[in-house]
Amino acid sequence: MKKSLIHFSIVLSLLLLGCGEKKEKESEGFKIERQSSQAESKSAIPEDTGVKASERVDLTNKGVGPVASVNLDAEINQEMAAQGEAVYNQMCLACHRIGKKFIGPAPNGILERRTPEWVMNMILAPEKMVKEDPLAKELLVEFNGSPMANQNLTEEQARAVLEYFRTLK
Amino acid sequence: MKRFAFKIGILLSGMALLFSGCNQGGKSANNGALSSSAAEKVYVAPGEQDAYYAFLSGGYSGNLTVYGLPSGRMFKEIPVFSQFPTSGYGYSEETKPLLNTSHGFIPWDDLHHPDISQTNGELDGRWIFVNGNNTPRIARISLSTFETEEIIEVPNSAGNHSSSFITENTEYVVAGTRFSVPVPQRDMPIKEYKGNFKGALTFISVEPEHGHMEIEFQVIMPGFNYDLSHPGRGKSHGWFFFSTYNTEEASSLLEVNASQNDKDFIAAINWQKIEEYVKNGGGTRVPANYAHNVYDESTHMATSTMKKEVLTVDPTEVPGAVYLLPTPKSPHGCDVDPSGQYIIGSGKLSADITVHSFDNMLAAIEGGQFDGEAYGIPILKFEEVLAGTVKSGGLGPLHTEFDGNGNAYTTFFISSEVVKWQLGSWEVVDRKPTFYSVGHLMIPGGNSRKPFGKYLVAMNKITKDRYLPTGPEMEHSAQIYDISGEKMELIYDFPTHGEPHYAAGCPADLLKPNSKKIYRLDENNHPYGIKSPADARVERDGKDVHIYMSTIRSHFTPDNIEGVKVGDRVYFHVTNHEQDFDVPHGFAAIGANTSEILVMPGQTKTIIWEPKQVGVWPFYCTDFCSALHQEMQGYIRVSAANSNMELSWSVGD
Repeated sequence: MKKSLIHFSIVLSLLLLGCGEKKEKESEGFKIERQSSQAESKSAIPEDTGVKASERVDLTNKGVGPVASVNLDAEINQEMAAQGEAVYNQMCLACHRIGKKFIGPAPNGILERRTPEWVMNMILAPEKMVKEDPLAKELLVEFNGSPMANQNLTEEQARAVLEYFRTLK
Repeated sequence: MKRFAFKIGILLSGMALLFSGCNQGGKSANNGALSSSAAEKVYVAPGEQDAYYAFLSGGYSGNLTVYGLPSGRMFKEIPVFSQFPTSGYGYSEETKPLLNTSHGFIPWDDLHHPDISQTNGELDGRWIFVNGNNTPRIARISLSTFETEEIIEVPNSAGNHSSSFITENTEYVVAGTRFSVPVPQRDMPIKEYKGNFKGALTFISVEPEHGHMEIEFQVIMPGFNYDLSHPGRGKSHGWFFFSTYNTEEASSLLEVNASQNDKDFIAAINWQKIEEYVKNGGGTRVPANYAHNVYDESTHMATSTMKKEVLTVDPTEVPGAVYLLPTPKSPHGCDVDPSGQYIIGSGKLSADITVHSFDNMLAAIEGGQFDGEAYGIPILKFEEVLAGTVKSGGLGPLHTEFDGNGNAYTTFFISSEVVKWQLGSWEVVDRKPTFYSVGHLMIPGGNSRKPFGKYLVAMNKITKDRYLPTGPEMEHSAQIYDISGEKMELIYDFPTHGEPHYAAGCPADLLKPNSKKIYRLDENNHPYGIKSPADARVERDGKDVHIYMSTIRSHFTPDNIEGVKVGDRVYFHVTNHEQDFDVPHGFAAIGANTSEILVMPGQTKTIIWEPKQVGVWPFYCTDFCSALHQEMQGYIRVSAANSNMELSWSVGD
């Protein structure tokens, strides 16, 4: 409620400012907005480093999303991996094929290039990732701007899919 | 909240002053709207949500429309009795059975009276029931999906108008016939109407868990017109009240001939008594033919079953179950107050409103205060059951709703107004004009034990000067009144779709916890659905070709299909593999003699395509689904009828 009050006072002061010299101020403000949005969209387009985002290795970036840390046992949990495969075939296969680039990249060897947290955050919060994670942004561009769908997996399901990915070399 | 509103008010008026101060010579109309309290009352700021949802019948649109209150914004049209190409309702193979009847497939009806399910007389927000007036049917709509889930046809009925009102624990949804007809239907002279035609009042049970409907019994009443009805509540729970007209039993020129009697009746039915009678083996099973159509949320499919029998009850054989309450001048609305004590009959040709007392009725029955009988049904003495008369000063009372604070609100069609009066004193305390010729009105919960007496929506029959004369004249105007104060205040005016008759409303908070965002893919048991694109395939069964297809942003699997031939019947079974809110995919194929289908996340829908020409024909997604929506397309190759082309399919190869 307090916020709304503050908003009202801002509107009020804007209106006061508006008196007398409306036009120029307005167009000036408009210009500033355009400049800032241009600057923003420029920074959204990554610099060309020569290596495709999908092939780059980044084993420190955990991404942005609900998963802060994941502990992987040395041994692969086969039961969990099987559950993960079932979820994957239902929810992910339409875009991610094993062993070949399709709509999105193949998951093979993903943990040699990404942290487990990054992978899970990409599954659980793709909208946030493509907005806030620089690597995910680049991937969106590399894959024709085709958005990664949020398939509403539970954290448990995403963890199982991750375990399945460990079995794919 | 109030203090906040007050501060805003000060700020706003301050702003208005400043504004007009520096902007001299400018129009003041904008400021007027800003500083008006009515504008603030209906303004729902971007990002905020309406406090109430209103479900307005669409009348001859056959569908139900959903509006926000107080904003008056239309949110949705829910297809019920009419085919709806926007979603493919009534066109898709899954939904076509919902529109099946004993007269065959019917793509339309006249939808009149929505009523929200109740528990202990209070709205529970689970389902909404509506009636089809023309080909008598009752539909149940889920309020968690806003989809029609079930439609049951009502045999022995015609002009299903005193419907679809529910008892206070949703034990029954009740459907009364407006037109009496021969029961059973037979070839007979129309002039022999009197004494031979009957009026069926149908009690349809509602299974508490899934809401499934079954006709339990029909009370076969004298051949009057049964116009509107409402259940008893609280103390009168167990009774149902129906207004009647044409007690003259005229079959021609009713405009004159059905207005001869000074008083018609409100029929009081003790349904609990009849329920007991039926449970003990009472009633007569008679042959019938009616459709019962159920949509299964698990298989995403509707099935239609023809029922062949119905249980009828002769009311004279159940002593103490049915009485007639004389009510002046062809009563239309028949409304019961939140306490269940007062039964209000609005004599539509009268200036006054008649209020019967439930207690008086019981006493009159007890004391044998009868004034004759009609076809063996006792008529109670008018003076003995009357509680009071509202001397309204208006003309043509139709319908009454309640605010829960001891007040009743009645619409007056002829004098175009809403009149507020007090229960008990029968004093008129306020009146406000409507624009124009108001029919029904609705207060959220206003026909339950617990009304939410904040807003009143008046639904008008004539728009006249509200819009330009051409174009929107049939988008009947509705008005929103703030009824939280002593005097009603007209705060907004909005167009509606079709012709709203009755409406039902409830707080948005009642619906929110049950709102469904997606269909879960792992719960999809559609026989032609696929849970993984790995299962996508094409199968031939004689001339039938079944395409098991999946969609996700933004491609079809498969999207190249060959081996279909002219003369085939191609079923596109499209499963949407999205599992995120608001990502439907549509499907349309060139030359399909049907509508598109809009497939919600996790859902499967089917349309039939019958190729008539050799060639390579495209299909595409009709719902803008992503930045690559324009890429969401595919081709199907059609060979000559005698071709040897084998079926094949692929995506991305």
